Amino acid sequence: MSALLDVRDLSVAIGGRRVVEGVSFGLAAGETFALLGESGCGKSLTALALMRLLPPVARIERGNVEFDGRELFALPESKMRSLRGGGMAMIFQEPATSLNPVMTIGEQIDEVIRLRDGKEGRAVELLEAVGIPDAERRAGEFPFQLSGGMKQRAMIAMALAGEPRLLIADEPTTALDVTIQAQVLDLLKDLQRRRGMALLLITHDLGVAARMADRVGVMHAGQLVEVSDTKQFFRGPAHPYSRRLFASLPENLAKPPEVGGEAKEFLAVQDLTVHFPIRRGLLRRTVGQVRAVDGVSLKVSRGRTLAIVGESGCGKTTAGKAILQLITPTAGRVSLDGRDLDELAPRDVQMVFQDPFGSLNPRLRIGQIIAEGMTAQGIEGDIGALLEQVGLDADMASRYPHEFSGGQRQRIAIARALAVDPRLLICDEPTSALDVSVQAQIIALLRDLQARRGLAYLFITHNISVVDYLAHDVAVMYLGRIVEQGNVDEVLRGAKHPYTQALLAAVPRIDGTSGECLLVPGDPPSPARPPSGCHFHPRCPRVMDRCRAGYPGAVTLSATHRLHCHLYT
Amino acid sequence: MLAYIVRRLLYAIPILIGVNLITFALFFVVNSPDDMARMQLGVKRVTPEAIEKWKVERGYDLPLFWNGAAAGLGKATQTIFYGKSVRMFAFDFGRADDGRDIGREIVTRMGPSLAVAVPVFVLGLFATVSFALLLVYFRASYLDTAGVVLCVAMMSISGLFYIIGGQWLVSKVWHLVPISGYAEGLTSARFLILPVIIGVVGGIGSSTRWYRTIFLEEIGKDYVRTARAKGLSERLVLFRHVLKNAMIPILTGVVVVIPTLFMGSLLIESFFGIPGLGSYTIDAINAQDFAVVRSMVFIGSLLYIVGLLLTDISYTLVDPRIRFQ
Amino acid sequence: MMPVILWSDALFFLLIAVTLGGAGWARRHEHLRASWAMVWASRRARAAAAVLAVFFAIGFVDSLHYRPQLPVEAGKPPAYSVEVLSALDALLTPLRTHTEKTYSAPLATHSFAKETQEAGGRDFPPLKYPGTHLFGTDKVGQDVLYLTLKSIRTGLLIGTLTTLIMLPAAVLLGIVAGYVGGWVDDVIQYLYTTLNSIPGVLLIAAAVLMMQVVIDTHPDWFATAAERADARLLALCAILGITSWTGLCRLLRGETLKLREMEYVQAARAFGVGPLAIMLRHILPNLMHIVLIALVMDFSGLVLAEAVLSYVGIGVDPNTISFGTMINAARLELAREPMVWWSLAAAFVFMFALVLAANLFADAVRDAFDPRAA
Ligand SMILES: Nc1ncnc2c1ncn2[C@@H]1O[C@H](COP(=O)(O)OP(=O)(O)OP(=O)(O)O)[C@@H](O)[C@H]1O
Ligand code: SF4
Ligand SMILES: [Mg+2]
Repeated sequence: MSALLDVRDLSVAIGGRRVVEGVSFGLAAGETFALLGESGCGKSLTALALMRLLPPVARIERGNVEFDGRELFALPESKMRSLRGGGMAMIFQEPATSLNPVMTIGEQIDEVIRLRDGKEGRAVELLEAVGIPDAERRAGEFPFQLSGGMKQRAMIAMALAGEPRLLIADEPTTALDVTIQAQVLDLLKDLQRRRGMALLLITHDLGVAARMADRVGVMHAGQLVEVSDTKQFFRGPAHPYSRRLFASLPENLAKPPEVGGEAKEFLAVQDLTVHFPIRRGLLRRTVGQVRAVDGVSLKVSRGRTLAIVGESGCGKTTAGKAILQLITPTAGRVSLDGRDLDELAPRDVQMVFQDPFGSLNPRLRIGQIIAEGMTAQGIEGDIGALLEQVGLDADMASRYPHEFSGGQRQRIAIARALAVDPRLLICDEPTSALDVSVQAQIIALLRDLQARRGLAYLFITHNISVVDYLAHDVAVMYLGRIVEQGNVDEVLRGAKHPYTQALLAAVPRIDGTSGECLLVPGDPPSPARPPSGCHFHPRCPRVMDRCRAGYPGAVTLSATHRLHCHLYT
Repeated sequence: MLAYIVRRLLYAIPILIGVNLITFALFFVVNSPDDMARMQLGVKRVTPEAIEKWKVERGYDLPLFWNGAAAGLGKATQTIFYGKSVRMFAFDFGRADDGRDIGREIVTRMGPSLAVAVPVFVLGLFATVSFALLLVYFRASYLDTAGVVLCVAMMSISGLFYIIGGQWLVSKVWHLVPISGYAEGLTSARFLILPVIIGVVGGIGSSTRWYRTIFLEEIGKDYVRTARAKGLSERLVLFRHVLKNAMIPILTGVVVVIPTLFMGSLLIESFFGIPGLGSYTIDAINAQDFAVVRSMVFIGSLLYIVGLLLTDISYTLVDPRIRFQ
Repeated sequence: MMPVILWSDALFFLLIAVTLGGAGWARRHEHLRASWAMVWASRRARAAAAVLAVFFAIGFVDSLHYRPQLPVEAGKPPAYSVEVLSALDALLTPLRTHTEKTYSAPLATHSFAKETQEAGGRDFPPLKYPGTHLFGTDKVGQDVLYLTLKSIRTGLLIGTLTTLIMLPAAVLLGIVAGYVGGWVDDVIQYLYTTLNSIPGVLLIAAAVLMMQVVIDTHPDWFATAAERADARLLALCAILGITSWTGLCRLLRGETLKLREMEYVQAARAFGVGPLAIMLRHILPNLMHIVLIALVMDFSGLVLAEAVLSYVGIGVDPNTISFGTMINAARLELAREPMVWWSLAAAFVFMFALVLAANLFADAVRDAFDPRAA
């Protein structure tokens, strides 16, 4: 098989630092090669170097790249440019920022077509090819009018416009929800098969690689440490680093210990509702409501973890903040140990946030950050001991946040929350900004703290695979409401609600089993205009007539397992 | 969209009222009309009669807000506040100290002001945007560095120097154009060339630098990388993608000044003897003609508010995110 | 000798004290130290800082005011001159006192204008101090170099005090508007939009005219002419401040809106930390770089503005020596043949040096402190 792309000994440096070091691999036409690695390992820079689109600070030190028999680094810029439109195309991680905000989708696609053959009007055809419904209208719209998934499809359409022989996809689904990710991955695979394109897929997700790739290359600290056939790789990775990656996958970690004794109800949330008014018109009258949280009832027992799972925008964060009274709920009751929590009770409930970089004030020392809560609550505490408890050194208290990595910052944030000795910790996607190996450490820390201090967790996440490892109970949220809840086994292994089933099926697994998964079409609707009846009905594969008529009532399957679906009523 | 514009219009009303109150307070509450009269007539040796006469001539002899002596509606209207402030909303500015009608004066002086200000604005915008694009095209090269240093040097030079130096060099040494003056019609070109050039040159430094920063910020964005990945040439990337997006921040700074072009430029007009509103203002300031200064404040604010409104409207034209909201 | 501390002196000393204190504070805070080290790493910034330091040193010496003692008459308490001098005047005594009759060109030996001689006929009379006036003399025979050096203090004061005077209001209102929101925000926004919509020059003109009326009607408030001129200078700073605080206020409000949603602010709220403490601990320190950038960026514009305003007649007191009054006085003489160019040239060159240094320094500061400028 003659190679379409042949990379030999590629090195890229930024400043004096080598960030890509001696990378060599080849790619045949019609083949998918996944470049796997954690953040900062140099996979994106490798891809940009192939396109000769490196940022100005980065420099190709040595190596050569042959594409279709031509030496890329020797081509003049004009030749390279025509290759970029036609021979090789690229799509990026953030569909929200990667499209020009002030040009219509159609214009942006036409631009590529014009470069190649001067003909216009194929944009609609391409949009249809990537599965955008109502393509005619969408072509005349601007990026902000499209959902994230649709934007990424439009990006793909744009890349296809030049009929490339190689498509480089840099984390194409990382910013998308699992159900949308499944759709986009499917689309890519399908297009590739039909057009005989080569696909260079860059990802940090082993599951995505397992599902898509023919061959896998693992990058670590700028070096390609292992290249192998996908099947062989997932049967048994050879390099120690690859093995470590596997070991930190949540599904390969042990399950949480069951808490003894009967579960005592601790936090009770009843019919929690948060509506944000939409104001329009001359007098800024309220013309509608964003029903971010629409009647959520939950219970968390002492020493246990309840995970709230759901896709982006379903209201998870809002629910968490409303429980903490950071957002005033529109309606509903929150009580802790039977006491109402409409007054701020900062000692008992604390929160750990998602973004490790935004959650620590850069102008304060670690010690001051941790002491803040204690001062506000008038309690004494040992900062050093707290730091040690979360696995840091006591003498780090005098340092500033910028000196710490994402994982360390998240530990600091946990220490800050623990400083006031809370009994419930609300964790809002505390690991989603972290690499898998760091994620495993943070989860282990959380579990360890739970065992030692008897903490209860409300764990908000969109990542189902961590749920199994951390949670005792699970609540699945869709468009502001809980559609199914129960203990981990009931929900993850005995899911009854079609949405939960779709969510579980969409998660790419490393055994590659989700190949023929249940695809739910479309995007989640806007919480400002929820569909009539069951909110899930426009996407539900098992929709019935009465689903459109009324919202299904609660169905109780066991003492703990409840759901809302007409299939079971 | 329409509702949006109407709302902005309604918002302008309290602002104009606020401006009016501030000027009124500044002119009549901080100082009494007697103080003003004494200052105008010379502080020493003024008789109370002279002060009284000065006040009567200008209508400053009335009470400030409430005329208890007048009858009916006159209680409110025969006051300084009504006569000097409220009437402005009807564009009734009264008379200047030399007895001329301020409103008429403003209308006749707008032409010459615009004759200088519009070319300066248009040519200046074109020159600075082009210059900035040039620097950005050659970014991180010596040309760029030299251009930036040149800009900083140019903006460090006093505007007065450009005018005085320009007049001296072009008119006195080279005798190319008259040193100052103004004429109606086409012959005015002879008089206008130099002030326009000086106006443009004086603004190049700071504007170019500002636009360059905006362009560079846009160039760092993800969609530009996408455009490059599509195989577009650097020229197309710059003109089609970057320029269009950069227009949005540029508009905020630019559109708002368009209406205020009517006000003319104080310095250029007074140095070149152009009978526009700028020199009118300066003369009024030097002659301490309070009525004229007050009228100009009102007009200036009104034009600024119109500018804000135009800015909002132009946003909806260039930014689809606002247009479709 | 009786020391005199004018209000502007006091504020200028305060400014210098705050700068020194701030430097000490910055040394102890790593992020500040790192940013300043970045400023310092630039050769251009170091050169600019050196030039600025010279200017500030001159301004400082010129701010040490006193009234010289008059010759003591026996049996009477010592009396002091009404003229207020500064340490700079004392240092420059020869320049100050060596006045000619009228204009003379730089380093000239003879006067610029012909004069009827005692011996009959008209000729250029020799100067009293030939060849000592580096930049020549002005209309009343004052040394131009002396005038230029005296102008520096005025420029520095306008450039720094203006921002300083408006700073507390801008910071307070900006943060409160952004953090508290609601009607408070509406009121503050209304306030700055209204002030902003009055054309700056006209607002300044109106305010200066009115202030002049106040000063003129109350001559008894001021003991010396220097005090009166000083009052006008400070009032000018205050007026300039009022017209320029709106920009900074809006900037700070916008930034506060962003910071308010930061997770560390939310975390603090979850601990029950009060709004005041949050604004002081979490918002203000994260805005300081904007304030600093505004301070250094505004400086040069204000120095330039002083010249224009003084030219228009709404700047400093006509008796205050400043770049603006120098230019204004010299401009009228350009029509003379041959031209009297030296005092204009001297004023422009010194102003250019000061403003260029300030601009270059400001650029370096912005690059180092603005997280967006990479
Ligand atoms: N302050 C607000 N004003 C108006 N709408 C809001 C506000 N905050 C959130 N929303 C809307 O409420 C809905 C739920 O938002 P929320 O942040 O709770 O979602 P989420 O499940 O946490 O999503 P993600 O996974 O992206 O974090 C979204 O549609 C969001 O746009
Ligand atoms: S109620 Fe109907 S539409 Fe909703 S999930 Fe169940 S089957 Fe699907
Ligand atoms: Mg969230």
